[in-house]
Amino acid sequence: MIPDKQKDSRVKKEVKKVQITPRRRFLTSVAQGTGLGVMGGLLWAGYAEKAKGSTLTLRPPAALEEKDFLRTCIKCGLCAEACLHRESNIDKDTLKPRPATLKMAKAQDDATIGTPFFVPTDVPCYMCEDIPCVPVCPTGALDPSLVTNEQDELDFTMMDMGIAVVDPNSCIAFWGIQCDACYRACPLLDEAIKLEYGRNERTGKHAFLKPVVEMDICTGCGLCEKACVTEKPAIFIQPRELALGKPGDHYVKGWDQKDQKRVASQTGKDMTTKTQRSEEKVEDYLNSEVSYE
Amino acid sequence: MNNYKYLILRRISQLSLLFLYFGANAYGWTLLSGTISSSSILGTLPLSDPFAVLQMLAAGAVLSVDVLLGAVIIALFYGIIGGRAFCSWVCPVNMVTDGANWLRRKLYIDKIERKIWVSRNLRYYMIVIALLVSFITGLASFEIISPITILNRGVIFGFGAGAGLLVAIFIFDLFVLKNGWCGHICPLGGVHSIIGKYNLLRVAHTSENCTLCMKCKDICPEVQVLNMIGKRSESVIMPECTNCGRCVDVCDDDALGFDIRNYTKNNLEVTDENVN
Repeated sequence: MIPDKQKDSRVKKEVKKVQITPRRRFLTSVAQGTGLGVMGGLLWAGYAEKAKGSTLTLRPPAALEEKDFLRTCIKCGLCAEACLHRESNIDKDTLKPRPATLKMAKAQDDATIGTPFFVPTDVPCYMCEDIPCVPVCPTGALDPSLVTNEQDELDFTMMDMGIAVVDPNSCIAFWGIQCDACYRACPLLDEAIKLEYGRNERTGKHAFLKPVVEMDICTGCGLCEKACVTEKPAIFIQPRELALGKPGDHYVKGWDQKDQKRVASQTGKDMTTKTQRSEEKVEDYLNSEVSYE
Repeated sequence: MNNYKYLILRRISQLSLLFLYFGANAYGWTLLSGTISSSSILGTLPLSDPFAVLQMLAAGAVLSVDVLLGAVIIALFYGIIGGRAFCSWVCPVNMVTDGANWLRRKLYIDKIERKIWVSRNLRYYMIVIALLVSFITGLASFEIISPITILNRGVIFGFGAGAGLLVAIFIFDLFVLKNGWCGHICPLGGVHSIIGKYNLLRVAHTSENCTLCMKCKDICPEVQVLNMIGKRSESVIMPECTNCGRCVDVCDDDALGFDIRNYTKNNLEVTDENVN
């Protein structure tokens, strides 16, 4: 049996426990809202990370770096409309207007929804001299300064949408069959794609005319990819950051004056590596563990 | 007898804007090009969605003057004149949710359904979350899920899989929550409520003429703003009113009509009371 006094205090305690103060009510509702907000926010952020899409996306000319482009593009479509209605948009063969290069990404596309991109095998970039898609951008996601030369003019050779990559295994010119479709289609003829001549050892009397992309000059317009005759193009456009490597600053071209200048101000550090053994002279330990008997 | 004056005017406004946007892409018209996120009038005057700009700034974007100027123009227009009129006169999703609402009344869902209560302030929390998520992910977060831009772009550039979201919102508004999207969730509506809080063009109520038929309360998508009906003669002052004019249309007693908000009267004091 519990004494009455104790019993009473217990009951009182319990009553106190379930008492709901306005403060408790307030804190609970705040916690409820926070829980909902955190759950929703995390789901949302997770979706947003996924929605950034693939790094394989080819952007319009003069686009900022993909990360900055995504946060700066307002998805207005003015570039795509300017692309469709450019004055030069007439097919030379049929004399009819061509479809637009730039598409606005839909939910199922492999690019953030609503952002402009292009697929060279469908419609390549025709490298208009006046670059109509860039100046119309209201946000600066397409930055005219990236395609403006020293004379303060828009310069289509400065476009940098991607880079053409040749797959030598499927390019028939590398087999020895004569094909220069990509070379001829290139708007920077004999600059962005050059033909490398070689002797065909297999036949002994034929030549190789292999297409080689000049990485610094190629704009990534995709006219070569569109022109390629193989079933799936053997020359295709990749985003630069994906297709290109980077040697780092510490390799120097000893034969290149420019590269020499780059490192002229740098001096090497006097570095000595010290280990336990460097306390002794080489002669002291070199043959010490070997016995000659 | 029902009157559809403002409803028809709104549909003309919404559809003609979509038509101009469509023509800009399809035929090269320049009167209004771009999309609802950012447009250009005659290729010179920029207009942009202030909420999209806010999200982009939160995401860390460095923006050019054009888009900022466009957002200021839009904010000034709605802030001084239109109030939350974007939602009912411009936004294309309004036609989807109005459609769901119409069907809801025809099927008597309002009368039969099990009511779910969701705070109408959810949209304001959505704004905060949208800005936070934009900041964290570096991507304007509402712009990637917004059914408004999906519908708008769909009309201009062709629909994709995103159209499913519009179907989802229609079904949600029809079967789950009355005015669910536009009246509870959409953060853009919240932003326009904030922008248009002190605008001039407002619906005014004359309680002397009111016969308490409550038709206005039946039709209003933001029914809490009509709290003065039959009680006080004053303007609708709550910021969530979209100026859609449906209450003016359905009123048979000349008790509701558009008017310029009179700031010289004591309306301002009432504003604070009602908001709290």
